[in-house]
Amino acid sequence: MAELDIDTRAAKLGIDWSQVNLDSIQLPPGENFGIESDDEGVYHDDQLEFDTGFGNIIVVDNLPVVPKTKFEKLENVLKKIYSQLGAIKEKGLWMPVDPNTGMTLGYCFIEFNTPQEAQNAKEKTHGYKLDKSHIFAVNMFDDFDRLMNVKEEWEAPQTKPYVPGENLQKWLTDEKARDQLVTRSGPDTEVFWNDARQKNTELVHKRSYWTESYVQWSPLGTYLVTLHKQGAAVWGGADTFTRLMRYQHNMVKLVDFSPGEKYLVTYHSQEPSNPRDASKVEIKVFDVRTGRMMRDFKGSADEFSIGGPGGVAGASWPVFRWAGGKDDKYFAKLSKNTISVYETETFGLIDKKSIKVDNVVDICWSPTDSILSLFVPEQGGGNQPAKVALVQIPSKVELRQKNLFSVSDCKMYWQSSGEYLAVKVDRYTKTKKSTYSGFELFRIKERDIPIEVLELDNKNDKIIAFAWEPKGHRFAVIHGDQPRPDVSFYTMKTTQHGGRVTKLGTLKAKQANALFWSPTGKYIILAGLKNFNGQLEFFNVDELETMATTEHFMATDIEWDPTGRYVATAVTSVHEMENGFTIWSFNGKLLYRNLKDHFFQLAWRPRPPSFLSPEKEEEIAKNLKKYSKKYELEDQDVSLLLSEQDREKRKALKEEWEKWVKQWKSLHEEEKLARQNLRDGEISDEEEEEDEAKEVKEVEFEDVIDVTEEVVQE
Amino acid sequence: MRPILMKGHERPLTFLRYNRDGDMLFSCAKDHTPTLWYADNGERHGTFRGHNGAVWCCDVSRDSLRLITGSADQTAKLWDVKTGQQLFSFKFGSPARSVDFALGDKLAVITTDPFMERTSAIHVKRIAEDPEDQVSDSVLVLPSPDGKKRINRAVWGPLNQTIVSGGEDTVLRIWDAETGKLLKESDAEVGHKNTITSLSKAADDSHFITGSLDKTAKLWDMRTLTLLKTYVSGVPVNAVSMSPLLDHVVLGGGQDASAVTTTDHRAGKFEAKFYDKILQEEIGGVKGHFGPINALAFNPDGKSFSSGGEDGYVRLHHFDSDYFNIRI
Repeated sequence: MAELDIDTRAAKLGIDWSQVNLDSIQLPPGENFGIESDDEGVYHDDQLEFDTGFGNIIVVDNLPVVPKTKFEKLENVLKKIYSQLGAIKEKGLWMPVDPNTGMTLGYCFIEFNTPQEAQNAKEKTHGYKLDKSHIFAVNMFDDFDRLMNVKEEWEAPQTKPYVPGENLQKWLTDEKARDQLVTRSGPDTEVFWNDARQKNTELVHKRSYWTESYVQWSPLGTYLVTLHKQGAAVWGGADTFTRLMRYQHNMVKLVDFSPGEKYLVTYHSQEPSNPRDASKVEIKVFDVRTGRMMRDFKGSADEFSIGGPGGVAGASWPVFRWAGGKDDKYFAKLSKNTISVYETETFGLIDKKSIKVDNVVDICWSPTDSILSLFVPEQGGGNQPAKVALVQIPSKVELRQKNLFSVSDCKMYWQSSGEYLAVKVDRYTKTKKSTYSGFELFRIKERDIPIEVLELDNKNDKIIAFAWEPKGHRFAVIHGDQPRPDVSFYTMKTTQHGGRVTKLGTLKAKQANALFWSPTGKYIILAGLKNFNGQLEFFNVDELETMATTEHFMATDIEWDPTGRYVATAVTSVHEMENGFTIWSFNGKLLYRNLKDHFFQLAWRPRPPSFLSPEKEEEIAKNLKKYSKKYELEDQDVSLLLSEQDREKRKALKEEWEKWVKQWKSLHEEEKLARQNLRDGEISDEEEEEDEAKEVKEVEFEDVIDVTEEVVQE
Repeated sequence: MRPILMKGHERPLTFLRYNRDGDMLFSCAKDHTPTLWYADNGERHGTFRGHNGAVWCCDVSRDSLRLITGSADQTAKLWDVKTGQQLFSFKFGSPARSVDFALGDKLAVITTDPFMERTSAIHVKRIAEDPEDQVSDSVLVLPSPDGKKRINRAVWGPLNQTIVSGGEDTVLRIWDAETGKLLKESDAEVGHKNTITSLSKAADDSHFITGSLDKTAKLWDMRTLTLLKTYVSGVPVNAVSMSPLLDHVVLGGGQDASAVTTTDHRAGKFEAKFYDKILQEEIGGVKGHFGPINALAFNPDGKSFSSGGEDGYVRLHHFDSDYFNIRI
């Protein structure tokens, strides 16, 4: 402000400059003179926390009791330990001394700059062994009061009266043996029955804003998990979906169940403020039923991935891979050069040690046994061959391994009952300019685990997709060049060849790039997604014949229902239009469509495995005719009823419409004259026609003009 | 059903209109010349030259002698159908979006777009019997409640007593054609959720159908503005029409022209979809356009219909005999 301005302003406000003692003015301390800027408010909060609370102080117990002479030495040791974990405040370490004896009291207080550092120091050093008799007990200062208030005398916890829980499996007892599916579209999350007989869905539960990102069924279908800002929640129950448990985890991004749905793993990652740092990852493992957190893992993303280009945005999900089987015993994590296998009994590493495998890039559990397959690529420029190995857990014994040469990449596919492992191996050609693919097939259940090599008829074919028949011995491969690759079927078991892999057949030039086996095997959908625009071919592998060829235009997702009776295909909101899903029968008959704008997700509710033994299942399959009779009759009844209902509904609609039309028609009639007047007397459409009709009507009548009587004389 | 392809426009079609006898078809396009076609064989009969901007809409009088057109050149023009001569030009300060003759052809309703600082409005003009006596003054001007939003269509209600309008603000309104008072608004709960693109009356003025970018079309009672039916299309609806013969409605549209990519032409779903008017069920579709459908019209005899697309073609379809026996 120019001086002149100041003067005029002062004059306006009636201030006499000569009377103002400028020296007496004291600005409030601080760089901003106590004026708060708007956007600094955010930081302000943090600061408050660290100035006032004792959150940044830890108490370290079980220190050696030392005399004054050794005081300094101990202090230095402590400083050395704790300054690694965070910045200790100036004079932040205080070790009280007994004024009478001059001995330390065996504990000290350490004040860090931030509560985060203190928390970290507590976690890292609690249980730290200084020597045999001095194991650190570290607590937050803030927890001190709480811990001191623990009552001396033990009080028996009150036993709560037993309240029978809801039947979480009730959906399985549906009278019509229908399956449920969940969809998300717009703000709504809806659970439906797929009522294929009625050719429609029946709503079970609908809720807007049920989840903040996505929903997921647990592997056996008992729970539906939703994600929220504060954590995850599971829903289920007999009739409607009620919340069964909540799991606190701020800003949870991803969740994963253990296969037996005993545990829930939640994941959160935070982008680093400095883009060169790795993002921070926090993973928690909860017991699904009790809601108790069993273990949490924190660290930078590097610790949860093998690094490389894939690991930039965080760890690849799922970080923890669960061993197969329903007992949820082991889970494994892959990080650089190490495989960490944890057991759920203690939630610690097996034998307290990770497995060191140099350069391991991929691990895969058998779906049924605790066998881990792993892949190590070539090293030393090809001097050390690539390797695929099977490791038994918890013994960590290598069951089988195979060295592979000039390999560019490997992919492992387990068959769902853990009988076979197929490894797709991409090898370099001699010139190293291109690659070709083959398979190594492991027969896990046979003695010594024999390995068989399978090469395609045309070695140079690219492999586009591979899939095992669930619970079966066959697999399908899409190979060849786009846009019309071939599809081949192989079997691991034939009557003639015994235990050799044999080709069943090849279908030439199919518009397919993805394979979807029915969960019961036998049927497969050859799907052309993405640039094939949703071509679908329903194929019977037993008979090697196509059942139906059809299309769900622009389909993005395909999912079989857990029984293999129906298939849902969906167009999700990656496309702008035609969003919604379509339900097909297993043989490719379109049953019904359901259009929903902004369609995000569709998921069938899984079913737990059947209690029937394979023999029993076979028996049922054999006597299918006997059993199906009853259901066919039922079906017939339903379809009759349905067409009856349909007819009635239509009739009602028609009647309603007729009524509505009639009502205004009379009005229309009344207004006839008015309309005519508006047209200068010209009659309007219908009336004209009516008149025409009148004109056309032939009117016959005899007019007696005159009657005279004449007597005719004979 | 083999369509007759009518190629005469150089730019996307905007509107199609049959005369009462169903022997003439008028087409409007973003090129500047409305065109008259023989509705039977699709031969071009003539053009109406004089506009200097895209022509958005037209209407023909009951006696097929007069044509009115609304154009982006900020005029609405009256034409002599027989000679193709321009009879009169109404000048506005902003593009004329929709035109509609009243019963008796003595009045016309014209809507104008928001333009510069002008807000959208509905104008009612008196149409003189002798073009010599024609004046440009408006009998009535209705300002739109939300002037920044375009009114895409305004038509006369029964007995010229009301005017029905709909547009970008998604609300349908009924106005008193005498006093200009707003009589009714459509219920926001059941109404359209996005721009209303088109509106088409039943032959007897009892009900009308609207198409919207919210991917639905809706059928309304013209007097009470109650929602009668909803047709779900899955793609934005640009054009709607009702069969005068059967209980069918036809919807046309597709992905927005600006969003049409180089992918498969089927991706846009440029299909004229037929629905059962009463049961609201889809009956079938007529494919062929390789751009969104902007205009649809049924021949008054209900035996043929034509569609106009962003691709610049008018496709004239005479129904096969099977069509008249569809049962669902």
